[in-house]
Amino acid sequence: MEWSAIWLTLRLAMVVCAVLLVVGTPIAAWLAFTRWRWKFLLEAVVALPLVLPPTVLGFYILVAIGANSPVGSLYHRVFGHRLPFTFTSLAIASVIYSLPFAVQPMVAAFSGVDRELLSASAILGASPLRTFARIVMPLSKSGIITGAVLSFAHTLGEFGVVLMVGGNIPGVTRTVSIAIYDHVEALDYASANQMALLLMAFSFIALSLTYAVNRRVWAVWPLHR
Amino acid sequence: MGEDGKGRPAADSLLSVDVVKRLNSFTLRAQFQAPPGFTMLLGPSGGGKTTLLNCVAGLMRPDAGRIAVGAKILFASAAGIDLSAAHRRLGYLFQSPALFPHMTVAQNVCYGIAKLPAAERQGRMMALLQSFRIEHLAERKPGEISGGERQRAALARSLVTDPDLLLLDEPVTALDRGTKSKILDDLRVWNAAHLIPILYVTHSPEEAFALGERVIVLEAGQVVAQGVPQEVLTSPRHETVAQIVGFENVFDAAVSALNERQGTMLCKLAGSERELEVPLIQTEVGAPVRIAIRAGDIMIAADLPHRLSARNTLPGRVRSIRREDVRVIVGIEAGVEFEVHITPAAAEELGLVSGREVWLIIKTYSCNLVEPRV
Repeated sequence: MEWSAIWLTLRLAMVVCAVLLVVGTPIAAWLAFTRWRWKFLLEAVVALPLVLPPTVLGFYILVAIGANSPVGSLYHRVFGHRLPFTFTSLAIASVIYSLPFAVQPMVAAFSGVDRELLSASAILGASPLRTFARIVMPLSKSGIITGAVLSFAHTLGEFGVVLMVGGNIPGVTRTVSIAIYDHVEALDYASANQMALLLMAFSFIALSLTYAVNRRVWAVWPLHR
Repeated sequence: MGEDGKGRPAADSLLSVDVVKRLNSFTLRAQFQAPPGFTMLLGPSGGGKTTLLNCVAGLMRPDAGRIAVGAKILFASAAGIDLSAAHRRLGYLFQSPALFPHMTVAQNVCYGIAKLPAAERQGRMMALLQSFRIEHLAERKPGEISGGERQRAALARSLVTDPDLLLLDEPVTALDRGTKSKILDDLRVWNAAHLIPILYVTHSPEEAFALGERVIVLEAGQVVAQGVPQEVLTSPRHETVAQIVGFENVFDAAVSALNERQGTMLCKLAGSERELEVPLIQTEVGAPVRIAIRAGDIMIAADLPHRLSARNTLPGRVRSIRREDVRVIVGIEAGVEFEVHITPAAAEELGLVSGREVWLIIKTYSCNLVEPRV
């Protein structure tokens, strides 16, 4: 078993999940509550990673962070090394790639909060920010958890974008899915199977837990209090 | 903004509204003033009542106009003033209680006073819970209490902020009769102690009579009638009002005797010696009551009837008679003036003419008791 690839993948998924909670929440809130007539444009942009081939996305991200781009050259000047083929570049690409998986469940949850509760909160003197923190977020818990788990699980399994932006550097950018690809290329089906099974089991457990947490009534659970 | 909420002089808290708001089906044009106390907003559904409340609350932006409470301007299109709902210092109770489902009753009530010191917050919350008799529910979630209790909690939550103005949108419509009148009683007591303008939307003329010091009738966005409930509702000059009301006869009376075993009581009509037997309510001899009877619920007999189930038989004299469409409206003097609706055939058969002596027959349960104003 390639523990360095597994550890790297988990680390990547955790970082991406955390970043998406911070970045995705305001985007989702804006999408859920704005009355801006052109908001569908942003909705489309957020959903793009769902339909684009990962290679297309990876290609553009690579170009965007490359040494010749403003972002890439700024990064080079500040940190003294190049951005592509590092863990950071992998994280940036994964955040963009998993954005819709975090944002869409949150938008659905935020939009589902009864508007009357928001009006009631405003009339009781609460600022929009306080209304969001005290009313919208607590009532959208399940949507936020779903977004977090989906982005985590989606990052675990991504391949194309990682390959384009990160390459295959053991301990730095060699994730589980790339390791599996390598094993298959080398006709080492046993190793590939081991890692694939691990990934599948992990994803299954993560998703089962999400659905379990989101379930309101445990009809068959005997220990329900 | 208005930090010293205590002891404002009554004249200072006059609500004045003059707004125009274009909607899909009509344009709301409302101009009125509401002094402290209950101002009832009546009118058919879709007449603009809720829109008006939303404009006052700051949830909807009028196209033009001015809204002010005392000297504080909430909205003025000319001056470009438009305070956000959060800064208007008002209470607004929707048709549904809109309690925050993830918070306890206590947390809900404290939501609007989070900035106060903990001790004062606790004190105010308990005082409000007590005045609405829900202190035992403080730690329950909204999902665990009854509809009436939820509405009480929502009222407490609105009033704990010590608002300058209270908006109520059919606050008790969804509740059963008993719960309804108890909540209204508590609200009346609260209002007597605080005296702020209260705009109260209702479909129920009974609530209008029970609470209202003033009535405003809105139809298709226009104010079609306003004044004290008795003037506006008992002699409706506008068809809308008459339809809403449905009670053509409303009399002031005083309880003269209770008959608890029969579940009835006798009431002496004000300005006459006549008595009516009406359903028993919790009251005492001498207490003032108001009795409402639909004109279509009163029978006319040409001769003194006997062996009837109806308990009230009053001698009277026909004062006026006129035909309106397919019904005949008869005015009968029987101590006080009654209005009675009968069919043209019935009028013909009885040979009703002005000056003729008749008997009025009124069932006990046709007499609706509406509570007088405090």
